[in-house]
Amino acid sequence: MTDFLNAIIVIVMILNLFALGTSRIASVIRIVAVQGALLGVVPLLLHWGGGGAPSAAVLLAAGAAIALKGLAIPAIMRRSLRSAAIKREVEPLVGFLPSVLLGAAGTALALVFSGRMGMAASQPGTLIVPASMATVLVGFIILTTRWKAISQVIGYLVLENGIYLFGMLLVEAIPFVVEMGALLDLFVGVFVISIITNHINEAFSSMDTRDLVTLKE
Amino acid sequence: MPDPASSLTLLAIAFAAASGLPSLAMRRGSRKGQVVATSGMLLAAVLGIAGALLALLQPGSIRALPALPWPAGNLPGMRIDPLSAFFLVPVFLVGGMSALYGSSYRPAVRNPRTARRMSVFLGTLVAGMAVLVVSSDAFSFILGWEAMALSAFFLIGIDDESAEARSAGLVYLLATHAGTLVLFALFALWRTVTGSFAFDAAAGAALGPATRGALFLLALLVFSLKAGAMPLHFWLPGAHAAAPSHVSALLSGVVLKMGIYGLMRFTFMLGEPAPSWGWAVLAVGAASSVLGVAFAMGQHDLKRLLAYHSVENIGIILMGFGLGLIGVSSGRGLVAVLGMGAALLHVWNHAIFKSLLFLGAGSVVSRTGTRSPDRLGGLAAAMPWTAGFFLVGSIAIAGLPPLNGFMSEFLLYLAAFVGSRYPGAVDSGPLLVAAALATTGALALACFVKVYGAIFLGAPRTTQRPGLRESPPSMLVPMGILAMLCIAIGVLPGIWAPLLDRVIRSLPLGTGVDRSGLMSLAPVSALAFGSLVFAAVVTLAFLGLSFLVGRRVRRGQGTWDCGYAKPGPRMQYGASSFAASIVGLFSWALRPRFHIPRIEGSFPGATGMHSHVDDASLDRMVIPFMRKAESRIQWFRRFQQGQTQMYVLYVLVTLLALLCTLVPFGDMLADLVAGR
Repeated sequence: MTDFLNAIIVIVMILNLFALGTSRIASVIRIVAVQGALLGVVPLLLHWGGGGAPSAAVLLAAGAAIALKGLAIPAIMRRSLRSAAIKREVEPLVGFLPSVLLGAAGTALALVFSGRMGMAASQPGTLIVPASMATVLVGFIILTTRWKAISQVIGYLVLENGIYLFGMLLVEAIPFVVEMGALLDLFVGVFVISIITNHINEAFSSMDTRDLVTLKE
Repeated sequence: MPDPASSLTLLAIAFAAASGLPSLAMRRGSRKGQVVATSGMLLAAVLGIAGALLALLQPGSIRALPALPWPAGNLPGMRIDPLSAFFLVPVFLVGGMSALYGSSYRPAVRNPRTARRMSVFLGTLVAGMAVLVVSSDAFSFILGWEAMALSAFFLIGIDDESAEARSAGLVYLLATHAGTLVLFALFALWRTVTGSFAFDAAAGAALGPATRGALFLLALLVFSLKAGAMPLHFWLPGAHAAAPSHVSALLSGVVLKMGIYGLMRFTFMLGEPAPSWGWAVLAVGAASSVLGVAFAMGQHDLKRLLAYHSVENIGIILMGFGLGLIGVSSGRGLVAVLGMGAALLHVWNHAIFKSLLFLGAGSVVSRTGTRSPDRLGGLAAAMPWTAGFFLVGSIAIAGLPPLNGFMSEFLLYLAAFVGSRYPGAVDSGPLLVAAALATTGALALACFVKVYGAIFLGAPRTTQRPGLRESPPSMLVPMGILAMLCIAIGVLPGIWAPLLDRVIRSLPLGTGVDRSGLMSLAPVSALAFGSLVFAAVVTLAFLGLSFLVGRRVRRGQGTWDCGYAKPGPRMQYGASSFAASIVGLFSWALRPRFHIPRIEGSFPGATGMHSHVDDASLDRMVIPFMRKAESRIQWFRRFQQGQTQMYVLYVLVTLLALLCTLVPFGDMLADLVAGR
């Protein structure tokens, strides 16, 4: 089962790099949706790997995660994308190829360091810790280098995916309520940001967050 | 089953806190909402005063309230001891009177935008103060403190359309937050050295002298900021002037007293006071009282003037408290009892007469639309009740017999003179008190002669609105009640002396204290009788003189009359002219600024002059300091880019830095060197 799990995690890491290298925002949304759905499967695998069948609560949490991250949130974002009538992220702060290289370097460093940090003991043999660190890093790269408001939302989603993966280390310890609460937070967050995105678009007639500088005191 | 005193108090707190909530459910400017809120506050006032008096009168000094289910764990929660009960009385009294007054002063129908806010925050302000006073651990104290501080902020800035109210609210908010920071430091230190957040006097007494000194210093800082003692009073004049008058009454009458309460509560938790503590409090008190009244003299705004008088009266209270502490630390029981008695009685007195004066000022301001005494005059004819009540307040605040201000100031004089009879080094302290109090009293009298004369006597200086009428009864009744209390405390010492005795007995004033009570220690009964006789003689003399003089006064003009053949009302001796000589005397502290135009040419156009007295600490210390600090930390502005990407980058950098602390670089280096 560990092999299968690691295969999924490797796909998640590769999707990170795809998200960094793609300029079409609709494709990035799709990539992040696939990543989120894949991550929703991880807790189920961990439970089967641990021996017993997953409880109803775990099934429900995984189902909700897949439905929200794989379907609902991408749908909201595509809608917001349509109404803003943009297709690509042009001229990011760091170009697409350099940011892929940056993400790859971060992933490699995470793989090197994670073994020495003494945290991987609870899920031995898996790539959960390096993958989560790499995903968080990629989320930050997207957040800091992209200008469009909707890319910011994508950055937060990737960041959250990384945190979610890290939470898998504690999959037995995290109460159901906390997990559902985090999902709800994410959903509401994206919902609100999508609305704000439209407002930014109307007020500044672009979705470039650089225009928000005029709001500074 | 809790006893009736605690149940009544808890019920009163609940009523006060909830009084404004029904109005939130009603439409804007609903009269019904205001009526509900006002009756809630009045009910809270009746219940709360009853509870506090019961707690004061019944034997058994401390009654525990049911503790709040507090997440922080085993905390005693709340309890009422005589000191809390004593401070609960003005909280609920002035709270109720202000709410009743406010229902006509700011009727919801005419202030639809702010009426609900007013009701809600007036209630939470009173409830917060009551919680603060009955709390017996740091958590509930902070809860009450912040509820009070934030409600007061919303009330000060309630007229947020005016720039004056906004800036006064901002200054107040900064000051109160600074105070809260110091309060956190105080409680953190207390928790570290005693191991608990509970207010436990035994734990405080067991600490070393340096720790107790540090705790006292922090307490003095935060509580004199809240009480508005010089030079930390800078938030006070603006806030009191900008707030609606019934809120000013509550601020000045009660909120400032929470600083006094905190200082007393903490000082008595720290075991036997060091001699320097009393001296420190005494010095702050003397500076506040003399400078407070001097600054009051220089004001052209009635409410700012009253606000500076609050600084003065806080100074008087602090002088009494300081003298009491000196008495405790030097083992002179009588000085301790008289000093504490003067301070506590003046807490009540100032709460009563200052709120009376602010309500009277509000009555004048709402009818005439100006706060400047130089534009008023002759109001006694149009508003006889307001004039009468304001006169009572003025006599009380000037410390003249037979009203309540005289009683507490007399106790303070007594404490000073008794203290100076002892041989030894402490002589000068009590004499300093007597000198400061005498200066303060004289200046306060002059100041209220100026205010009362300019506003109520003479003829109107500017054209008054036609049909100027007296305020409605719901504004006059609270003033009347407060004025009655001024008289009652002044002439009937039998009603307050036993209550005060109970509080003083509950305080740790050392071993050499005579516990026989104020009635036997100080000649208060004889004094009350004497001051009544004095008042009667003065009244008779006044009536007789006016009878004699009134018939002989010549009305008419001299032939030339120094060029003033037809004096108009605008030529009357004004408030500023009256104050000018005293302001000149204190110009070293007040630094009055005159803006006098240059008059040139043969036919100069119309022109004018004005003068103002800037605040000593706000305008000359705090604002210049802030400007300098702003230019020094300008470089920090570069980090505020306004770009979300940069902010996320800051988060990332912080995160990476924190992650690096997890990576065992040292071990890795060692591994590399070892060639593994």
